[in-house]
This record gives sequence, structure tokens and C-alpha cells, in this order.
Amino acid sequence: MAQVMTSRNRRRNAVNNVMLTLTGVCAVLTVSTLFLILSYLVYNGGKSLNLDFFTKLPLSPGQEGGGMANAILGSAEIVLFASLLGLPVGFLAGVYLAEFSPKRLGFLIRYTADLLNGVPSIVIGIFAWTVVVRPMHQFSALAGGFALSLMLIPITARGTEQFLLEVPRTMREGALALGAPMWVTIATVVVPAARKGIMTSMILGVARISGETAPLLFTALGNQFWSAGLNQPTASLPVMIFTHATAPYEDWHRQAWAAGLVLLGLVLVANISARMIVSRGASLPR
Amino acid sequence: MATPAAVVRPTRTLRKPLISGDELAKAFTFFFAALIIVVTFALVWQLWIGSSPAKEKFGFRFLTSSLWNPVTDEYGALPFIYGTLLTSFLALLISVPLGVGAAIYLSELASPRLSNTLTFLVELLAAVPSVIFGLIAIFSLVPLMRDYIEPALQNAFGSTPLFSGPAFGVGYLTAGMILAVMTFPFIISVSREALMAVPREQREAALALGATKWESTWQIVLPFAKLGILGSVFLGLARALGETMAVTMVIGNDPAIHASLLAPGYTIAAVIANEFTEASGKMYSSALVELGLVLFALTMLINGVAQLMIVLTTKKGSAKA
Repeated sequence: MAQVMTSRNRRRNAVNNVMLTLTGVCAVLTVSTLFLILSYLVYNGGKSLNLDFFTKLPLSPGQEGGGMANAILGSAEIVLFASLLGLPVGFLAGVYLAEFSPKRLGFLIRYTADLLNGVPSIVIGIFAWTVVVRPMHQFSALAGGFALSLMLIPITARGTEQFLLEVPRTMREGALALGAPMWVTIATVVVPAARKGIMTSMILGVARISGETAPLLFTALGNQFWSAGLNQPTASLPVMIFTHATAPYEDWHRQAWAAGLVLLGLVLVANISARMIVSRGASLPR
Repeated sequence: MATPAAVVRPTRTLRKPLISGDELAKAFTFFFAALIIVVTFALVWQLWIGSSPAKEKFGFRFLTSSLWNPVTDEYGALPFIYGTLLTSFLALLISVPLGVGAAIYLSELASPRLSNTLTFLVELLAAVPSVIFGLIAIFSLVPLMRDYIEPALQNAFGSTPLFSGPAFGVGYLTAGMILAVMTFPFIISVSREALMAVPREQREAALALGATKWESTWQIVLPFAKLGILGSVFLGLARALGETMAVTMVIGNDPAIHASLLAPGYTIAAVIANEFTEASGKMYSSALVELGLVLFALTMLINGVAQLMIVLTTKKGSAKA
């Protein structure tokens, strides 16, 4: 009897050790993917990155050198336009959700925002093409920015809402008790108290849209030269990476690596600094 | 009863002509919140009317035909639906065990400090733009698959149709692997939260009865967090279905149905990305918009289920607090 028990216990212990080790292996494997990606990108991108990348225009295939200055400026234009459109709308919608919305309507808007957030980015591109590109008969930075702003609105709205709701009730009550109307309370007490969190979700949102490619493919299109204006086809870093990486030219691949390194650097710096603002490990809206 | 009403009334009439700042603020912010609903409806509406020529011409056949020929203006979505579902399924096959395993480690074994740091790193992985995954896959994963992994798979299982045919490097399996890397950050971070919401007493009770750590985790903690983990899987699935750039760069762009996982294929998102700009004819672009509609419906369905499951478990978790 005793012998049966010990052999059974030995097996249970072995299973325990093996399975627990396996979970550790899973954790190591998943986390190391990030380092694998980073080091591969830094290695290849570092070889290809130089000052020309930031100051010169792309050259036609076969010519050595050149850069992606137009794509850097184009990305900045598109993301800036998307932020000007998306951040205020998202922020104000978030204020409504957290402070004013009646229960049922609030649920409906919240649910729709999550729905919009889950729409595949390529479908957002189709929508922006139908309502901006087709009527204008022109691919443009504006259309690209519009598409990206649609992705930014739900992220900002839900982020703003979440952090406003975390402001303690007593702070509101204090202001209200001093005779301030609701809107003064919100503008001078609640929003400033949630400032850090709201900023964080905005930075994360902008970082996310600045890496998006699919919504730009048939809205901003792309351009080998400087864009002639906001209503003209405009180059952007993500689309450049796509076209250059899939083209059969050796030198274009090098440019794609350099662009990838720059883009990922920007996105990761934004993400890390945003998460440093709020305490580490705090759950953030996805 | 009459007196208080009489007292209240004058103050009301006094206030009425003025619009209070609160009402104004409420109306102002409501306008922007309502914009979210308007935009979402407009999106669905545009997809619906944009695809109506294709819907009228092909009807239900659109979903069941596997012919995609822009020259003869004949469009069927089946190869793309097949490719989308197959690559997402392959992705989950890899990322669910890996992700749930890592989540168990992070919630049950790692110290809070280590757990938070590793989760932070995993969430950074979720922030990497999809075109960068594509870029890296083209130059590292594709040659690796073509020269080593796929020949090895053929040697081992070449007799089955799943691993037959030449090794191109690009195809369903490669796309599935990239999607696995892109989905496990979601699975890990949501599953970890679900696991951490399991009350401590549940674990203690199991351990006190003599269960090993693994037995308590597998038989008590996991079932308790089942719904949240399932929610995370659906969340990952929704992302995999709609994922465009990384897949477009490694799927091989072949609008046909192949049994072999090593064969090149196509997904809904990839064909829209590749062909939308050059879709000249009315029927051609309408068919692509209908593909967009199919993709939208698919992801909305999956997302809705995921959202519901996650809400249900977080409720359960907060009930114990």
C-alpha cells in the first residue's frame, strides 16, 4: 500500500515539475520573441540607416542610396491631421461617457465604440476610400488622416472614460459642495486629476495609428516624391516599408529595414514613456 | 402636497429661460459621443450599399464559389474565406497553448515584480506595427521555412496531404506562425488578468487537500477562469482574422484552395490590400467591398463573443473583492 502511494506521489510530483517548467518555457519563449524581433531589426536597420535616410528622397530601383525624407514628413502630416481630428472628438466623447451619459445610452455608445475599435483596419480603409477618396477623385493625406482618426476616436474615448471614472467621488463632491456647477467641476477638478491617464491613452493611441499601414494603402496611397499638398497622394513610413520590402530590389530592402527601425523606435519610445507616466503594471485600455 | 409643489414651481420657471452650463456641456459632449454611433452606422451602411452590385449579381453564390477572375468579372470569395479561417486557426493552435502556459507562469509562479515586468514586455510586443512583423517575416521566417522547417515537415509527414507539395516558404503555415506571434500578447495579458481574478482561497483549499501546485492550477484555477481565457482566445482570433499587412507579405497571393498547409493561399484582408487600388471595374471593386463586409461581419461576431465573456469574468472577479 505504502509503495503504491509513493510511486503515485512520485508520478504526481513529476507531472507537477514538468508542467510548471513548461509554463516557464512558454513565458521565456513569448518574451524572447520581442528581443528576437528587436535585435534582428536593430542589426539590419542599423546597417542601412544613415543621415541620407532622413534628408533624401527615394531613388528609382537600381540606383544606390537615397532616403525616405518624404515618407517621414508624410507620416507626420497624416498622423498630425488624424490626431487633430480624433483626439478632441475621442476626448469629449469620453467625458460624456464618464460624466453625463444615462445608463442605457452610455452602454450603447460604449458598445459601439468597442465595435468600432474592433473593425479590421483594412475595412476602415475601404470606408475612408468611399467617403473621402471617391468624392474627391483623389488619393490624399487628408483621406489617410481621416481613416486613422476613425481608429483613434474609440481608443481615446474609452481611455478618457476609464481614467475619469477612476477619479475619487469625494473630489467631485468637494467641488460641488463649494457651489461649482457640474461642468466647472469636470473642467477644473476631474479632468486635471485624470490628466496623466488621459495623456497616456492618447499617446498610446497615436503610437498605434502611426504604425498602421492597411488604412493608408488606398487613402494616402504613396508617393516617390514630396507630396504637393494635403489633398495629394502622400508617402508614409509604413506604406513605404510594405512597398520596399515586397519589391525585388536589394537596395530597396535596405531602405525598408532602415524605415522599420525608425518606425519601431518611435512606436516603442512612445509606448514606454506612456507607460512610465502611469505606474508600471497598471492595466491600460487595449 | 400642494404646497411643496407650489414652492418648487417658481424656482423652476425662474431657471427655465437660462440654459444652464451643465446642460450645454452635456449637449456639447453628447454631440461627439453620438458621432461614434453615426460613424459606425455610416461604415456599415457604406459597406452594405458599396457591395450591392456584387450582392445582386452573385447572391449567395459569392460565398460558395471559388472562382476569382477579374478578367471575366466572376467573383467568388471561398478561397479567401478558407485562407482567413485556416491561417487564424493555425495561429490559435500555436498561440493558445503558448499564451495560456505563459499566463499561468505569470499569474501563479512568477513574483509580482517579475510578472509585471514580463507582462510589460509582452504588451510591448502587441504595440509592434504589423508591417514590421511582415518585414521581419519576409527576410527571416520565409527563408527559414523554405530551407529547413518545411523540408523537415515533408520528410516526416510528406505522405499526408497536409504537408505535400513544394516548399515555397510563403503560404498558410508561415502566415499562421506570424499570426501566432501577433495574437499571443492579447491571450497572455487577458488570460493573466482572468487567472489573477481567481480568489486566493480556491488555491489554498486545493493545496490544503494535498493537491500539487499543478493539480490546483489545472483542476481548480483554470476552470474558474475558463470564461476569461476563452474570451482572450476569441479576442486573439478577432485580431488574427482582420490582420492585414503581415499576412499579405507572407501568404503567397494565390486565390485557390489547397489542402496542403505549405501551399500559398490568400486571405480576405490580403486580397483587399493588394487589389483594391487597381480594381477598375464597378463589379470588381464592389466584390472587394463585399469581401470587406464579410470580414467585418466575421470579426464583429467574434469580438462580440469575446467582449461578453471578458465582461462576465471580470464581474465574477470583482464580486469576490
